[in-house]
Amino acid sequence: MTRKRRRLYFVGLGLLGLFSATALMLTAVEDNIVFFFSPTELKARTVAPEQRMRVGGLVEEGSVNKSGGTVRFTVTDTVESLTIQYNGILPDLFREGQGIVAEGRMGRDGVFLANDVLAKHDETYMPPEVADALKKSGNWHPEGATAQAAEAKPATTSN
Amino acid sequence: MHKFANPTFFMKIANGIFPWATGISILCFAVGLPLALIISPPDYQQGDTVRIMYVHVPAAWMGLMVYGVMAASSAVFLIWRHTIAHLVARASAPIGAVFTALCLVTGMLWGEPMWGTWWVWDARLTSMLILFFLYLGYIALGDSFEDQERGDKAAALLALVGSVNLPIVHFSVEWWNTLHQPAIFGLKGFSVNAAMLQPLLLMVAAFQFYYIAVLVIRLRAELLSAKIRTARFNLAAAE
Repeated sequence: MTRKRRRLYFVGLGLLGLFSATALMLTAVEDNIVFFFSPTELKARTVAPEQRMRVGGLVEEGSVNKSGGTVRFTVTDTVESLTIQYNGILPDLFREGQGIVAEGRMGRDGVFLANDVLAKHDETYMPPEVADALKKSGNWHPEGATAQAAEAKPATTSN
Repeated sequence: MHKFANPTFFMKIANGIFPWATGISILCFAVGLPLALIISPPDYQQGDTVRIMYVHVPAAWMGLMVYGVMAASSAVFLIWRHTIAHLVARASAPIGAVFTALCLVTGMLWGEPMWGTWWVWDARLTSMLILFFLYLGYIALGDSFEDQERGDKAAALLALVGSVNLPIVHFSVEWWNTLHQPAIFGLKGFSVNAAMLQPLLLMVAAFQFYYIAVLVIRLRAELLSAKIRTARFNLAAAE
């Protein structure tokens, strides 16, 4: 075996080992990598009352309730939903049907108390006229449709 | 294939490509920039903020692609010891670092009005920041050895090891919940309207050819400084 051939195998095997090790490591710490939990995932976990975390989902239609500076709304992943209470300024993209991520902790009454609310944006880009035309023709798939697919099958979210 | 390893032959090809790459890049910028920043329609949700995407997305792709070029060249250098492969990696590093920085900065400028935050530690943003640090590490490591040859090998090894981050950056939005949206180019095609896709692709082409043109300029400089090093070394040996 020539030195070049030996170096080729060495680099190849080294990379293979490195990639496998990284894959195993990332799988092991998955819980720490995910940025937020969906309401369904949250239900499946035991959560300490003061534990800080993030939950994400779609703002349910007609669930936004503003009184004074406090907002109450429900996020859903279409299977489970969760009521969130927030006191502060909402991002511009916050609206019903929009994906959001809230950071805070679970209250004792099952209401999530958010310190911060971030708007999630999906990967569809189009001019307003096109969005209107789609809505008129009934071909409008609001963010809910893509996000629902995303929640159900995380492996195939890209489209 | 190994005749490309001859620096003279390689530079002959590179110098032949250079005027074309420069011309195409300037042309694509000249058409793409006004189209992207002024003429293209605003987004139905983001309004004019969508225009940041025309710089952000190509910069992100280039950050990843240039690192891929760097890692592949480093592998060729480590296995076959072709100096020109190492010089390609060395010349690419600062260009890739700037693309990555541009991606991070434009991303923050977009995140503030859209998400409501400049920065979050989600998988996509964090892995992209690591990519930027890998570039910086590569640049620093190559020049931090007394013995240039050892520095070259250490840097090449770092570039190779860092390539593990590339699939993580790309697939982070699919593997984990992230605040960052999924890719706009997927198996089902584009999720960008044609009126916005056109300027985006023009900008991608402009960035690509810009990279090739600047790479040739930097390669010339790297070759010259390698020649100077050898000449100095011979001079010192003769005395």
